[in-house]
Formats: sequence, structure tokens, C-alpha cells
Amino acid sequence: MDKIVNQKAWFLVLPVFLVVAFSAILPLMTVVNYSMQDTFGNNQFFWNGVGWFKELLDPSTDLGGRFLASLGRNLLFSAIILTIQVPLGIVVALSMPREGWSVAACLVILALPLLIPWNVVGTIWQIFGRPDIGLLGYTLNSLGIDYNYVSNDFDAWVTVIVMDVWHWTSLVALLCYAGLKSIPDAYYQAAQIDGASRWAVFRAIQLPKMNRVLLIAVLLRFMDSFMIYTEPFVVTGGGPGNSTTFVSIELVKIALGQFDLGKAAALSLVYNLIILIVCWVFYTVMTNAGAERKAAPESEAALEPKPAAGLKPVGVLKPKEGVA
Amino acid sequence: MHSIPGRRVIMALFLIFLLLPIYWLVNMSFKTNSEIVSTMTLWPHTPTLQHYRRIFTDESWYSGYINSLEYVVLNTVISISVALPAAYAFSRYRFLGDKHLFFWLLSNRMAPAAVYALPFFNLYSAIGLFDTPWAVALAHCIFNVPLAVWILEGFVSGVPREIDETAFLDGYSFPRFFIKILVPLIASGIGVAAFFCFMFSWVELLLARTLTSVQAKPIAAIMTRTVSAAGMDWGLLAAAGVLTIIPGALVIWFVRNYIARGFALGRV
Repeated sequence: MDKIVNQKAWFLVLPVFLVVAFSAILPLMTVVNYSMQDTFGNNQFFWNGVGWFKELLDPSTDLGGRFLASLGRNLLFSAIILTIQVPLGIVVALSMPREGWSVAACLVILALPLLIPWNVVGTIWQIFGRPDIGLLGYTLNSLGIDYNYVSNDFDAWVTVIVMDVWHWTSLVALLCYAGLKSIPDAYYQAAQIDGASRWAVFRAIQLPKMNRVLLIAVLLRFMDSFMIYTEPFVVTGGGPGNSTTFVSIELVKIALGQFDLGKAAALSLVYNLIILIVCWVFYTVMTNAGAERKAAPESEAALEPKPAAGLKPVGVLKPKEGVA
Repeated sequence: MHSIPGRRVIMALFLIFLLLPIYWLVNMSFKTNSEIVSTMTLWPHTPTLQHYRRIFTDESWYSGYINSLEYVVLNTVISISVALPAAYAFSRYRFLGDKHLFFWLLSNRMAPAAVYALPFFNLYSAIGLFDTPWAVALAHCIFNVPLAVWILEGFVSGVPREIDETAFLDGYSFPRFFIKILVPLIASGIGVAAFFCFMFSWVELLLARTLTSVQAKPIAAIMTRTVSAAGMDWGLLAAAGVLTIIPGALVIWFVRNYIARGFALGRV
């Protein structure tokens, strides 16, 4: 069943186009405009061409040094986050109770951190980690571990990472859980007859079935951790020194702190470009996964009684395949 | 579903890890400030409601909650109502530039809010919306509208096309078909989409803080100003934090059966 070509559909899309254009294209044009100019206040602007961009990519300048340092910190942060959260999320998803009221209870508690305003997440950990009034900080210090996230770089990093694990591992777990739920019992029965070990079941059945949700999880976590701002800003304010200053924090510092519009705009564009490239890779991979799914033999499709909830996003991109 | 050995222990440990910091916040919100600063107590020894009382009686505090809810609800209504027709169009028709448009929408969901903070400030100041709930509601559309389109598209695609065709043969006009038949069929999808719009608008701080100053200041911004003030009022801060968790917890309870599905479906 192919989609009908109908140009009038544009009228249905028009409201979305207008709303998003208003809040995306107009501001983006302002950013492009600023990125080519310099300002000394009083709304006086001077043409600067691509000067900011050159400076941005040159580590010997102040702007470039700050940008590349924060970019490096941010990439390291994202890498650590992914290596912790993805395996932990899988383990938690595999540990979900099978049925009964405890499933709902676990789901609600898992989802709870995701619905707490980001600055409150920061506040919670700020309080929890303080050596004088926080349970974590107090306990660690009374165990003889000298822990203080305000003055020690390493402790600040640990706090920010543990906080992010606390905040977002549930997302990975919920995605994996949705993927696991979609595996028909017949697969497990077949594995049992073959006498497959627990590990073999995981490798041969569960992991392949979680492939696509895991892909979503990895990319979402990469992108969101790459854009992180509020939580570390509340807890550490980017410090001690600059040790937890990630790209977004640096950007806001330059834009709203120093009001250096030209520099901030150039940084914004480069930052946005990086995100856009990752997003494009994501989109392409997802679309190809959808196409492969379409090409898969009919017999496999017949084996699946109901389409996987976890596979939905694939179906959304290629809406004509197996969306129930 | 097959599980792993020791799953109960793992699950219990993880849930404790999730709940412990929240417990600490709740615990502190019921303590007096002198108890917080002077001694380390695992539960409030002299429980008090003074912080909550202060928030519910002081207008500068409780108006923050009202402001936040105002723009969150506005944003959810705008997002869902513009996204519904678009979701139908993307699901049913092929038209000039549809794929590019979809990618463009998606890329806006991924754009860092920090990039837009300053231009939004200029834009909404220029058109006189600065410091109103409308400014924040419209600004949050940049990530919520694409998300709503994405989720609803999945649900609309789940409705067989024969239903549309039958309705049109029966003489339904397009708007009437849309409201009378399609919307009730995808009601759970609209619920999930509204949940996500509510959630992302509720948790966002950077744009909400940048676009308001006095009149429409969200609770999150009021809290950050307490943090920076000299002489930290920890109990009050904790109580305000606890109150921001409650709307989220209520919303989760209503959609608990759709959570797993919803996250896999729409969290992009």
C-alpha cells in the first residue's frame, strides 16, 4: 500500500511549518547575521566576515581554546555516559519483573527521574552530595573518603556523571524493556528445546531484537548528553575552575554573560552543525533499517504475532511497514 | 520474557539508587533549617510544615507554579493542535519535499536550546511577547511540535486507510471525518503525545528563564534565584523542589500502562 501523491497535503502541514519556521528559521537567521559581526554594545555592529569562525577553530586564540576545550570535555563526558548507561540500562530492563502490580510500580519509579525539572535534578544532587548536609557527601566523608564536589575536579566529574546516570539510565531501560516485550514466547521455547544457555539466549535472541531500540537509545543519549546544560550548571556552575564547563555552558556564558554576540553566534552555528550531522546519520541509519525490514522475507514477518512496540520509530519513518 | 539471575536484587538496588536522593529532598523539606544545618538526621526529628506553608502563602512563590503550568498547558495545546493535521498528511500522502520537511522538523528537536536562547530573547522582545506565557509556550514549540508530529504519525499510520475511505464514501467531509472518526481512534496516541509535550515543557529551564523576567517567571527560575541568594534557605528550596516533582508523578501514574511503549515510540 503506497502513499498517494497529493500536493494539497501541504495545507495540512502548513500550521506546523509556520509555527516551527517562526521559532526556528527567524532566530537562526539572526544567529547567522550576528556570527559575521562584532559589537561593542549600544547596538553598534561592525562587519567581521568569517573572522569568528577562523578564531573558533584555532586553539591558540582565547575563543578557539575555550571552544575546543569544552568540546573535548563534552565528548569525554558523552563517551563515559554511554559506556555506563547502555549496559546498565540493558541489565535493568532484563531485571524487570515479569507480571503483576510490581511491573507498574517499577515503571512508575523508573520514569520518575525523567519527569523532574532539570534544575531540580541539579538541586537534588547539589543537596545530596554536600559534605555538610547531604547524605552522600556526609557518608563518604565519614567513611574517610575526602569528597567535595565544589573544590575537587575529580569529585565534580563523578557527581555530574552519577547524576546523569541517575537521571537518564531509566530512559535506556524503558526503551530496552519495550524491545524485550516484543519478543514472542515461541522464540524462548525454541531456545529451551535447543538447550541454549542463558548467555546464548541473550546473544542470539534478545540482543538482535533490541538492536533498533538500542540504536535510538544510544543516539538520544549521545545527543542529549552533548547538549547538557542545566544539571551541571546548577550543581557545579561549570567549576571548579572550568573543569565541568561543557559546550552549552560555555555558549551561554559568552552569549548571555559577556553579551559577546558575534562569538556566541559563530559558536552556535558550529555547535548546531555538529548536532545536525549526527542527526542526519541517525536519520539515515533509521531509514535504512526500515528499508531492510521491508526487504526481510515474509516468513519472518509471519512469525511475529504482533509488531514490536520498540520498532515503532522505524515504522514511523517508513510508515507503511508493520505498524499496528 | 526471560530474565537474568539475581534480577530482584539488581532491580531493588537500582530502585533504591533512584529513590534515595528523592527521599533526601523530601526529608529535608520537612526539617527546620536549624536541624538541617546543625545535625545529620536520617528523618526529621522535629517535623515542620513551615516551608510548605511559606510557598502556599507567599505569592512570589506560588505564582511561579501557576506561571509554569500556564505555559506548559498552552504549549501542549498548541503543539497537539498543529501536529494532528500534519501527522495525518505525513502518514497518508506523498507530497513535494515531504521527506526533507520531516528531517528538518526532526533536526529542530535536536537543536541545543542554548543556541536559541539569545535570538529568542531578541525576537520575543521585538514583538512584545517577552515575559508572557506565550513567549515560552511558542519557544517550546521548537522541540515539542516535531515530537508531537513524530508520535502522532505513528498512531495515525496504525489506523487502516480503509476507515478513511469508508468515511468519505459515507459522505463525511474532511474536517468532520477528522474530528468525529480519526481523533477518537487515536485518542491514546494523543494522550501519549500530550504527555511528552507536557513533560518536555515542564522540565525545560534555559529558555523559560531567558524569556521571562517578572510577570511570567517559572518556578524553576524562582528556585535558581534562591540558590544564588546569600544565606541559603535549604528547607524552602527542598520544599519547592518536592512540589515540582508532584505534577510529573501524577502524570506518570495516569499513563503508566503506555510509558514503555510511549518512550520507544516517541522519544526522539
